[in-house]
Amino acid sequence: MRVVVDLARCQGYAQCAFLAPDAFRMQGEEALAFHSSPDDAQRDQVLRAAAACPVQAILVETAEPS
Amino acid sequence: MTVAQAPSTLQRILDYSSRADPYPLYAELRGRPVARQEDGGYVVSTYREISTLLHDPHLSSDAHSLEDPGPALAEFGDPPAFIGLDPPRHDRLRRMAMRHFGPPHSPTLIDDMRPDLTAIVTGLIENLAGRDQIDVVDDFAYPFPVTVICHLLGVPREDEPRFHRWVEAIVALLDFDPAKDPQERLREGVQARKDLRHYLAELLRSRRGRPPGDDLLSRLASDEGPDGRMTDEEIVSTANLLLIAGHETTVNLITNGVLTLLRHPEVLERLRREPEMIIRTVEELLRYEPPVHIIPWRAAYSDLTVAGVTIPKGSRITLMLASGNRDPAYFRDPDRFDPDRRDNRHLGFGSGIHLCFGAPLARLETQIALNGLVRHLKNPRLVADPPPYRQSAVLRGPRHLLVRQG
Amino acid sequence: MSSEQSLKAFRRDGRIVIVGASLAGLRAAEALRDEGFTGALTLIGDEACEPYDRPPLSKQVLTGWVPADGTALPRRREIGAEWLLGVAASGLDLAGKRVRLADGREIPYDRLLITTGVRARSWPDEAEAALDGVFVVRTRDDSGRLRERLDAGPGRVLVIGAGFAGSEIASVCRERGIPVTVAEVAEAPLVGALGSMIGSIAADLQRAHGVDLRCGVRVTRLEGDGRVRRAHFSDGDAIDAEVVVVALGGVRNTEWLRDSGLAADRWGVACDSGCRAFDINGLVTDDVFVAGDVARCPHPVYEYRFLSLEHWANAVEQAQVAAHNMVSPPTDRWPHLSMPTFWSMQFGVNIKSVGVPVMADEIAVTQGSVEERRFVAAYGYRGRVIAAVSFDNAKWLDHYRQLIETAAPFPPSCPTPDRPADMKPVPADFPDPVVITHGATVLVTGHEPSERRVAFVRPGPLKPQEKRS
Repeated sequence: MRVVVDLARCQGYAQCAFLAPDAFRMQGEEALAFHSSPDDAQRDQVLRAAAACPVQAILVETAEPS
Repeated sequence: MTVAQAPSTLQRILDYSSRADPYPLYAELRGRPVARQEDGGYVVSTYREISTLLHDPHLSSDAHSLEDPGPALAEFGDPPAFIGLDPPRHDRLRRMAMRHFGPPHSPTLIDDMRPDLTAIVTGLIENLAGRDQIDVVDDFAYPFPVTVICHLLGVPREDEPRFHRWVEAIVALLDFDPAKDPQERLREGVQARKDLRHYLAELLRSRRGRPPGDDLLSRLASDEGPDGRMTDEEIVSTANLLLIAGHETTVNLITNGVLTLLRHPEVLERLRREPEMIIRTVEELLRYEPPVHIIPWRAAYSDLTVAGVTIPKGSRITLMLASGNRDPAYFRDPDRFDPDRRDNRHLGFGSGIHLCFGAPLARLETQIALNGLVRHLKNPRLVADPPPYRQSAVLRGPRHLLVRQG
Repeated sequence: MSSEQSLKAFRRDGRIVIVGASLAGLRAAEALRDEGFTGALTLIGDEACEPYDRPPLSKQVLTGWVPADGTALPRRREIGAEWLLGVAASGLDLAGKRVRLADGREIPYDRLLITTGVRARSWPDEAEAALDGVFVVRTRDDSGRLRERLDAGPGRVLVIGAGFAGSEIASVCRERGIPVTVAEVAEAPLVGALGSMIGSIAADLQRAHGVDLRCGVRVTRLEGDGRVRRAHFSDGDAIDAEVVVVALGGVRNTEWLRDSGLAADRWGVACDSGCRAFDINGLVTDDVFVAGDVARCPHPVYEYRFLSLEHWANAVEQAQVAAHNMVSPPTDRWPHLSMPTFWSMQFGVNIKSVGVPVMADEIAVTQGSVEERRFVAAYGYRGRVIAAVSFDNAKWLDHYRQLIETAAPFPPSCPTPDRPADMKPVPADFPDPVVITHGATVLVTGHEPSERRVAFVRPGPLKPQEKRS
């Protein structure tokens, strides 16, 4: 899986970090660190995280179309 | 008072007869994105203007910023929880509560709840098996989130009948119910708030003596983070807010979800084949039939200008979230329920610093609840469409949703 | 053929070549297909791998969380392109419409997009730069090698330059418990981008996290025996360091265009706001476009000044505009007008900016608390808001973007609930850019309007004292 976050758009709502804590981590209150190539086992969580982003800043490419 | 004045669009929306389908009236509202009302308040109904205001630091959530606060001061109680405060007090209290709910301090709490949530849903669904007719609200969509929020907060589930009455009266404070004398409603609501606070304060006191559990109430009581410790009053206000919000919103989202899926059988069919689609479906639900339709008031902290209209300091501003979600100037084909919609930046949870605190939990609950029902209901049909709605125009959802199966 | 017909034919089976296969190049290619371009698409990149995301290279990769080869960019869609990777473009024949490659091949195009970006500025002394343990961080290989050294637990890391990248790398070192010294020529970190008030806050932030921060000093010499051992400063001090990270900013990859006749110099390739490149005379070209870090583009909000932005979001947005204009009629051109937005995360703080702070003459804290490092500050220029920066307060920045776009007065007059006690503007105080511009870069020749032309002054190599953090 490939992930990129448009951090210019990100406002630190942390919805992704709640829903996929192994792929998205808050560093402090607002700064987001993300894993660019999370394990396929996290697919569901990562898709949940991307869908939940209030500013739709997360782009995910999965092996098969989602 | 003048006699026989035509009711405003907002008044017609608040009227119970519009509850089943307020959307045409929202469209009417959007003709004037920022509309001054007879009483001096402003109603904002278009997506960009709502979003702009929710990111405007001059928009206050503190009732004291209203020139004429009226019952607004009573709505959030005293002291208010963070929902009724501005920065920096809001930020500090929300941060302290967040320490025990999500990242960065408790990053896995919500994700770790998935097995428990699934187990509760499975239990509720087992009780539905073999019944010809169910009430989605009473049998499923209400008991599920209530069980979850009680567990999370550390409130005994068996007390639910007690606090349920109080919560109803408090929620009625948000409403503009013309059938009820506002003074009486206010009195009932304020008394209910007192009773609920008293109940939670007692609960908090009982936690003090015991070793801290992993529920939120205990953790708030014993925590000493970088921002210090919440006072007992602040803990009670916070618990109060989370209990009410956890009670009264997710039930709408789940019920609206079942109703919408039954109205769109092709989506329901797809969900049976592609369970993963529930993720986007719930986002689209949050846009299309959100659990909270209206932010009844915010206040102009100083003069502010939006869409060319200057709103004077102290004015009451009503934000029509559900109308923004159907704004054709922002969403293509907004009245279409389309789970494949891209870039769905809906206002279902609000936006800005007050974005729903429990949003991640509500999402997970709704995803699990709807997928569970979709899998287990056999040939479900609506008994009545539209179903009977709750009184509230703010927290809008069906009061009952009768479904036949088999 | 009418111009309408020829555009239609070009959209159907024309040839577009994109030189530079990173973020801007990839997103432009995707946007071209979104726009309905069905012709041949070629992407040329000097790195051997497919496009990858660079911001994690100074953060998540160095902490050890994300592997260096694990930041490949997700695709927005299929692009059906020919990829020529691992080979740099070495020249451009504008008249013949051909890109020359370093291996001698020539690639013809109908329309060209230049997205060659920026490379890391290396340490000016070649012998010292070649010492084992001296790094720059721009590519995934750079980052992967540095990460291995950090894994080994060096006794001390020296970071030269306290711009955003240098500060982020210092932050990672502290997060990993590695002693780190940061040397900065200016009076404080981030001063070049955000001015001295924010710079002093950033300095406090670094020191609070245990960084040995040395400002107003230059590193005069790196000493070693094959491996770097020691660094000497202009104030006479010296420290032992096993790892040295040179974070002195970027150099725009325009050398390959030197004799092409395009307006390409050390500031990038100049273009109009529709991304069409200028030739050396400042005349706009029709078939050559520029986007991303290498582009230099006028922004109407900023007095039409030419901005060179090394911002992730700018690369994405400019690529989109360039792609649209490449395949659209002149009547349907888009200007690239988005507000510059930048972010950096360091020492647990999210720093974001909107607008162009460096143009400001004044700055005022408008919301929050500097002591808590949670605040927003607005930048003013001749009485209007032109930029803002937030520390852990990003949710308000949209409001400031609107203030900039509507030329709102500075300082903002309406109070907010979280206004600080002191909102008085202070001088923005940016280092004088003159010290790094080296005077004239072009000379004008000829007298009559029909013969007047411009020629470049060949710039010499940067001397160490001129380097910019």
